[in-house]
Amino acid sequence: MGLNSLRQSAGCALAVLLYLFSVTTLAADEPKPLKLTTTADHSKFKELQREFQSGPEVTKACLTCHTEAAGQIHRTKHWKWEHLNPDSGQTLGKKHILNNFCISIASNYSACTSCHIGYGWKDANFDFSVKENIDCLVCHDTTGIYKKPPGLAGNPVIKDMELPPGSGKIVKGIDITKVAQKVGKSSRDTCGACHFFGGGGDAVKHGDLDSSMAAPDRELDVHMDATGLDFTCATCHKTSSHDVAGSRYNPTAMDKDGVHIRGKVDNSNPATCVSCHGNGPHKKEERLNQHATKVACQTCHIPAFARGGVATKMSWDWSTAGERDAEGKQVVRKDDKGRVIYESRKGTFTLGENVKPEYFWFNGDVNYTLVTDKIEKSEGVIRINWLGGSPTDGKSLIWPVKVFRGSQPFDPINKTLVKPHTAGNDDTGYWKNLVWDKAVETGMKDAGLPFSGKVDFVKTEMFWPITHMVAPKENALACVECHSKNGRLAGIQGVYIPGRDANKLIDTIGWGIALLALLGSLGHGLMLFVARRKHQGE
Amino acid sequence: MGERVYIFKGFERFWHWSQAGLIMFMMLTGFEIHGAYSLFGFERAVSFHNIAAWSLVGLWIFAIFWHLTTGEWRHYIPSVEKVLVIARFYSSGIFRNEPHPFKPSQLNKHNPLQRLTYLGVLLFISPLIWITGWLYLFHGEWSACGLSGLQLEWVAIGHTIGAFLMLAFFVSHIYLVTTGHTPTSQIKAMITGWDET
Repeated sequence: MGLNSLRQSAGCALAVLLYLFSVTTLAADEPKPLKLTTTADHSKFKELQREFQSGPEVTKACLTCHTEAAGQIHRTKHWKWEHLNPDSGQTLGKKHILNNFCISIASNYSACTSCHIGYGWKDANFDFSVKENIDCLVCHDTTGIYKKPPGLAGNPVIKDMELPPGSGKIVKGIDITKVAQKVGKSSRDTCGACHFFGGGGDAVKHGDLDSSMAAPDRELDVHMDATGLDFTCATCHKTSSHDVAGSRYNPTAMDKDGVHIRGKVDNSNPATCVSCHGNGPHKKEERLNQHATKVACQTCHIPAFARGGVATKMSWDWSTAGERDAEGKQVVRKDDKGRVIYESRKGTFTLGENVKPEYFWFNGDVNYTLVTDKIEKSEGVIRINWLGGSPTDGKSLIWPVKVFRGSQPFDPINKTLVKPHTAGNDDTGYWKNLVWDKAVETGMKDAGLPFSGKVDFVKTEMFWPITHMVAPKENALACVECHSKNGRLAGIQGVYIPGRDANKLIDTIGWGIALLALLGSLGHGLMLFVARRKHQGE
Repeated sequence: MGERVYIFKGFERFWHWSQAGLIMFMMLTGFEIHGAYSLFGFERAVSFHNIAAWSLVGLWIFAIFWHLTTGEWRHYIPSVEKVLVIARFYSSGIFRNEPHPFKPSQLNKHNPLQRLTYLGVLLFISPLIWITGWLYLFHGEWSACGLSGLQLEWVAIGHTIGAFLMLAFFVSHIYLVTTGHTPTSQIKAMITGWDET
């Protein structure tokens, strides 16, 4: 008995101990109800448990742990806004090129660099070597409250301020400390904060990127479908060392490298369709894989762009800018849907939704007409950029493209395009003063370029290959969209498209022979009929 | 009426009519694919055309086997002799109510002009359509077969030429069928197998 009770109490004590032990270990290693995708909760980091007064202060804190991040960032196009095209030798990037939207960043830095991943790029003297000028938050914000309004050279508003100065409009300061403590991976929202609003507003520039892509449904984008596959931008634009893959300065028009395999060294572009789907993705119809040797995936799988309910700009005529009303004020006109189609400071626009792209052979080469290149107005339309490609170079596929058409200022004496000073609350900014020669003079001076003092307008085109807004497969183009006389590929040379093409001579002779056979038969038959009637009569 | 001769055997009639149906359907779908009109819609027209093509392949496998094993292929051996006689009949004699200079029999079911025409279809139109059709079907395999230098346009043109010739043959064939001693006598023969002369 004694032994038994002793054994019992010992057992009880052990059980209690074991229980206590298990409770304490459980408390320390308690599994989270949700599987976290990160190992770090930044709000727990001492470096971030303080009040931040500015962006650079936050960056400094980031760099205390992420010691090599600045070096990575400083190499990228996102930071430098500069890209040397190794094939053409052209120096490109927003820092250098001009477009036919807001034209150029020169002398307009404070406005344009609200989309720079840095702080304080307010003029041509910005120091690209300063680590603290990197803006970590604009890509890594998860709160959605981080904003960089135009005019502040990429700085956010920390304390309430009047913006633009003198406008009487107060912009509320954001809680940058909260933003810093909640950093995480990039998202459709962070990328979209700039890329959805390129060209100065929602949907303006790309046509296949706008705010509807922040949380698209399956119809709009089968991959980014917020309640389905839920891709972020970085799922395709696979990023390592802060270097985001996939750029329209050196796109991959035809990906011959096939599917990317984990662990296999592969330096090809990971953002192509082929890098996941391979070069023979149509399992049931080999014929479609055959099509893919001539036709980019995007051509059939993106039947139209600007499908998310936000209209994209299709043309921009700067030559009509400058109107003033009876009181001398600037004018804004809207269409019946409430979309702006004229602004005194910008000129005339046309917009489009559900736009069918235009199609071109494209081999990945993109060349630009730079501000230093001579142009002739008599040549007609100046191509700001143009796509290389031909049916026979073995590197081209038929691509869908948004062609953005416009008319913009140029210097008729020096025969160059020009970079006008548009944004800016000063004496020469076009948007305030509506005077072209002053605006161009300031802009060209800032860019270190000659200007004759004369301004004329020239028609321009810009080519934007379409690659986003991929529709579900059931909404891919039907055959007849191209296999018909006036189909989508009516203007494409170098391929025989059944239903579109026919040899005229063969067709004429062929129908002629068939018709002769018919007429011969009818004639013979008539004669026979008459002869037999006659014979019967006899 | 005259004597009755059993000319067209069961399989032969089956072959003839299913082939006729398939070829008419393929002309219908084929010229739609060619862009001549819109009926089924391009995608369905292509799909139907392919199904009909494969059906015809199957039919031909049986037909070739039948012709070889029964010796019926001999009916397509051309005989130059009497071709002119037949031609003269169709261009003048027929209008004078002259009797047809050819009497079909089990051993000799086609007149010399028929023999020449059918042989022409067999040796020229059919191979043109078949070869270009196969190339069309297997466009995806060209480079694997060492045919990467081939242009789809040339294949398409060849196929189209074949189709036009087939259409011309079809029109003439339909007409000549009605020129027997009554307009329906020959069609009856191809249905029942019995030719009345």
